[in-house]
Amino acid sequence: MARNVSTPTKVGFTIAAWAVALLLFAPILWTLLTAFKTESEAIASSPTFLPQNFTLENFAAVQERSDYFKHAFNSIVVSVGSTLLGLIIGVPAAWAMAFAPTKRTKDILMWMLSTKMMPAVGVLIPIYLIFRDLRLLDTVHGLTIIMTLINLPIIIWMLYTYFKEIPVDILEAARMDGAELWNEIVHVLVPMAVPGIASTLLLNVILAWNEAFWTITLTSGRAGTLTAFISSFSSPQGLFLAKLSAASLLAIAPILLLGWFSQKQLVRGLTFGAVK
Amino acid sequence: MATAQTRTLARTMMAPAVIVLLLWMAVPLAMTIWFSFQNYSLINPLMTGFAGWANYEYVIGDPSFTQSLINTLILVGGVLLITVIGGIFLALLLDQPLWGQGLLRIVVISPFFVMPPVAALIWKNGFMHPGYGMLGHLWKFFGLQPVDWFNQYPLFSVVVIVAWQWLPFATLIFLTALQSLSEEQREAAEMDGANAINRFWYIIMPHMARSVTIVILIQTIFLLGIFAEIRVTTGGGPGYASTNIAFLVFRTGILSNDIGAGSAGGVVAVIIANIVAIFLMRAVGKNLDA
Repeated sequence: MARNVSTPTKVGFTIAAWAVALLLFAPILWTLLTAFKTESEAIASSPTFLPQNFTLENFAAVQERSDYFKHAFNSIVVSVGSTLLGLIIGVPAAWAMAFAPTKRTKDILMWMLSTKMMPAVGVLIPIYLIFRDLRLLDTVHGLTIIMTLINLPIIIWMLYTYFKEIPVDILEAARMDGAELWNEIVHVLVPMAVPGIASTLLLNVILAWNEAFWTITLTSGRAGTLTAFISSFSSPQGLFLAKLSAASLLAIAPILLLGWFSQKQLVRGLTFGAVK
Repeated sequence: MATAQTRTLARTMMAPAVIVLLLWMAVPLAMTIWFSFQNYSLINPLMTGFAGWANYEYVIGDPSFTQSLINTLILVGGVLLITVIGGIFLALLLDQPLWGQGLLRIVVISPFFVMPPVAALIWKNGFMHPGYGMLGHLWKFFGLQPVDWFNQYPLFSVVVIVAWQWLPFATLIFLTALQSLSEEQREAAEMDGANAINRFWYIIMPHMARSVTIVILIQTIFLLGIFAEIRVTTGGGPGYASTNIAFLVFRTGILSNDIGAGSAGGVVAVIIANIVAIFLMRAVGKNLDA
């Protein structure tokens, strides 16, 4: 933005923007600080800002009580696994629609999007019963299948909008130069497709990581992901605010970092390419 | 370039995606509709057979349904109102010349990456708890009686939490749209003597119209299905005060084991979502070629 403004105006805007931003960030910041306090300090009647007795024991206690690492492992397997599975199914489909479109391509895309609009509660009961009968309840692979299906439309849409932007002329130019099909794919197509595929992967890992309907309803102990892990803290037991904060921090930290990297793709991905 | 050969290849490449999505869409939905006309309870195995419209009469006739429907509308409407208006203001602010814009974007977008149960629990315990929550301390500081948010204003509290999660998303999309508004257009308007309010209404708002539509429609899809935030804070209560349709189906079908009635509720949820979906398809479809 190259508008010419006086320095005082810029200072004013900067202060206002940071004030609002920090207000929005306050719950996360407060959780971060509380996680390192002792339980008695966390609920003291005159609150402290910075931890007075810096401690890591909350993290140890959380691991002891609910096995953070097991849940985090499940979250990683489900979110990465479902995204890779989704890409295996989605890349060829998006590729075909972007490079060999027919009259029905647009209808197929819209139909795929419409499956995303089906509310989860509309199919919860049959899925629950099918999973019960197939012994898929509370299993990591069962959850991975569901997560693949719910994110597949977004994967295909995102890939489609990226692939659409690869100029077809380049392929023809490569062909004229006498490049063989294999060379064409490796040296021309793959480098152009990789950034789009990477953004899709990143955004879908985030969406799957934070999904909190199927992960809570279809798991109990064994296959629980971090959403289920954190939900087990919903009924307070004794002194627990600092431990809850530590658990919350552990659950969101990995994805917060990933999210900061991929915030630009987020706009494009979640709006199905309608806002760039 | 579409020869018969490439067409066959394209169809083969699309087949797996189309088949799995078709199964995913059709099979469970058909089962839900089937169950909704059956007497089917997991607790009482003797209850079997065709139920006609009884499940629908039971679900829709119950006062909890009307309340859940109203709650759903308040939840969706309240969050949309806060996020769209707040998002436009925040995006306008962030679009001004200021220091640390890159870092600001990252700070502002953060709540969106917080998983719903964590968002709900940190608000419930760290902020809204009357004894040791941040808001409680603030109220005491001003000599007021701390509010027991989830007992006194359960639905409002859920709206606040959900709005906090979605405000960053709305802001980021509006900001992206604002930054694609050409500088020449703004400068031309400025030179023509248009004041800030006129520039906002006649230059900025028309440019933003599309992104506002998209934000409303996409958020609505997600907001109709709000679940975890209710589950870990109020459990739908007190009574049915913070139960929405999604949570009502869960309560009836899974917690009370009444598959028939739960399914009828699920079908109603699908119908409501479809009404919304039709509008969304039109809006997104229109933008597809652009």
